[in-house]
Amino acid sequence: MNLAAFFAMLGRDGRVARRNFLPLLLQNLVQPMLFVFVFGRVMTTSGMMPEAYKSLLLPGIIAISMLLSGLQAVAFPMIADFQFSREIEDRLLAPMAIEWVAIEKVVAGAIQALIAGAVVIPTAMLVLGSGVQISFAQPGELAALALLVAVLAASIGLTLGCSLGQQQIGIMFSLIVGPMIFFGCTYYPWSALASFPLFQKLVLLNPFVYASEGFRSALVPQFPHLSGVVVFGGLVGFNALFLWLGLQQFRKKAIG
Amino acid sequence: MDVGIRIEGLRKVYTSPPPAAAMARGGPMGGQRLFKRPEKKKAYEVVALDAVALEVKAGEVFGLLGPNGAGKSTTVGILTTRVRPTSGEAWIGGHEVWRDRVAVKRLIGVVPQKPNLDFALTAREILTYHAAYFGIPAADRLTRAASLLERFKLADRADQMVHGFSGGMMQRLSIARALMHAPEVLFLDEPSTGLDPQTRLLLWELIRDFNRQGHTVLLTTHNMEEADALCDRLAIVDHGRVIAIGTPQELKRSVPGGFVVRLAFDRVPDGLRAALSGIPGVTEVQAPPEGGLDLYADQGGTLIPHIVAAATSAGATIHDIHISEPSLENLFLHHTGRSLRE
Repeated sequence: MNLAAFFAMLGRDGRVARRNFLPLLLQNLVQPMLFVFVFGRVMTTSGMMPEAYKSLLLPGIIAISMLLSGLQAVAFPMIADFQFSREIEDRLLAPMAIEWVAIEKVVAGAIQALIAGAVVIPTAMLVLGSGVQISFAQPGELAALALLVAVLAASIGLTLGCSLGQQQIGIMFSLIVGPMIFFGCTYYPWSALASFPLFQKLVLLNPFVYASEGFRSALVPQFPHLSGVVVFGGLVGFNALFLWLGLQQFRKKAIG
Repeated sequence: MDVGIRIEGLRKVYTSPPPAAAMARGGPMGGQRLFKRPEKKKAYEVVALDAVALEVKAGEVFGLLGPNGAGKSTTVGILTTRVRPTSGEAWIGGHEVWRDRVAVKRLIGVVPQKPNLDFALTAREILTYHAAYFGIPAADRLTRAASLLERFKLADRADQMVHGFSGGMMQRLSIARALMHAPEVLFLDEPSTGLDPQTRLLLWELIRDFNRQGHTVLLTTHNMEEADALCDRLAIVDHGRVIAIGTPQELKRSVPGGFVVRLAFDRVPDGLRAALSGIPGVTEVQAPPEGGLDLYADQGGTLIPHIVAAATSAGATIHDIHISEPSLENLFLHHTGRSLRE
């Protein structure tokens, strides 16, 4: 690998992201914050939801914000690059193996996901108001979790971005990302699916589940959550799967 | 360093359609292909290159000339590591391209057919980041970028984003970018397509400048004038094969007679072809697939009275006469029976 080229590309992505900082932030945060406001604030204050729901919701919101921002940070440029702008060709001609171009994108996407996570925690707590009970007592677990979720988000983005065309972006959200969010235990704990046993098993195929349940176990251990072993096992497994798939698809797109 | 190019038995068969980019516009299904089942596996097979062999000497400007779909871009794609050959070998200097991609990428500069500039960056950043990918130190990057921007007449727009640039400016910036890491070999795929004549002349000058420093240039074109003006040697390609190789002069001389008179008739009666062949100065008569007759001759306009006489006595009416002087266009016509522009 060629460190100079790799870091120059990271520098390029960093420069572009800084230039678009505000639009990027809004793109990634407005929807989750609207959800936080309606369900975490309006519904709880009006008494339609118990106040404890605030704390249950927050880990899920962190998970989807990170997943969406990391996913989009990689998928959107990939779709545009391979379909019409071809901007990526200049990087494919850099003196290093082309797989590193994809890995660089994953690293850049993961960094964006981590930043989204770091911004969403205080913002969401502000929107939720008082009564949120989260603990940062396990910083090591939280950091490892955040890193795995960030790389997972970017790897899913690489896979989707190298598999879909521009006219399929709409379908990607309605048929792939939408269901992954809603069946990803983001707005409810996995244990809440106990009355739907088959469904409860099926959602374990959804990588988002491990992200939300993982944050639940790290931040609000007072609620039921999947065990650490399952969470880390699932995250590592899905990371490997999507990184591998993404690289396969990337090679197909990048080489004629 | 003297770096040439050598290609041996190069073959490329595409077994899947090109990615969405090419199909998005043209396909009759438009955006509705989503739920369509893919056709049976082996339905798609396109032979883009069929056993191509050629050698470009170090320090030469070499042209690949041919119509669209002849295999020019595939050849450049393979030589620039972007397309994997089905079989055969391609060498740049001492490196086999596919086996030694990273080393090859250090030696080459590539100017693509369609601009692929980074729209999220300014013109100067496009150059400096490109140089950074090649490990050029920061101070050098800035001086090189400044001098290239100056030379390519882009200095006044250096710190603007490139989406407002004209086609000519983008093309110039693409070449500047390809030169940032001081490559030994420069590839240009259809460099002057869509450029105004003035920009085209500037572009030719830049290519000659690069070549004068002893570097090798390979360009593709379907423009005869460009091939004639720039190239030391040319390969004429069609349907994935090299039809002829030589200097522009040699190639032009190889056309029998040099002149071509293209004739269109209401009908071609028996005996007309023989009658035309008998006219003094006519070296060959061919019947192109689209009808009419092509006369290869050592003169042009002076033949017309004889042609008219021959046609009249054979009972045919002439609809159109087109005379072309000795040119590469005629050469292409001679070898393929088709005009380059078709």
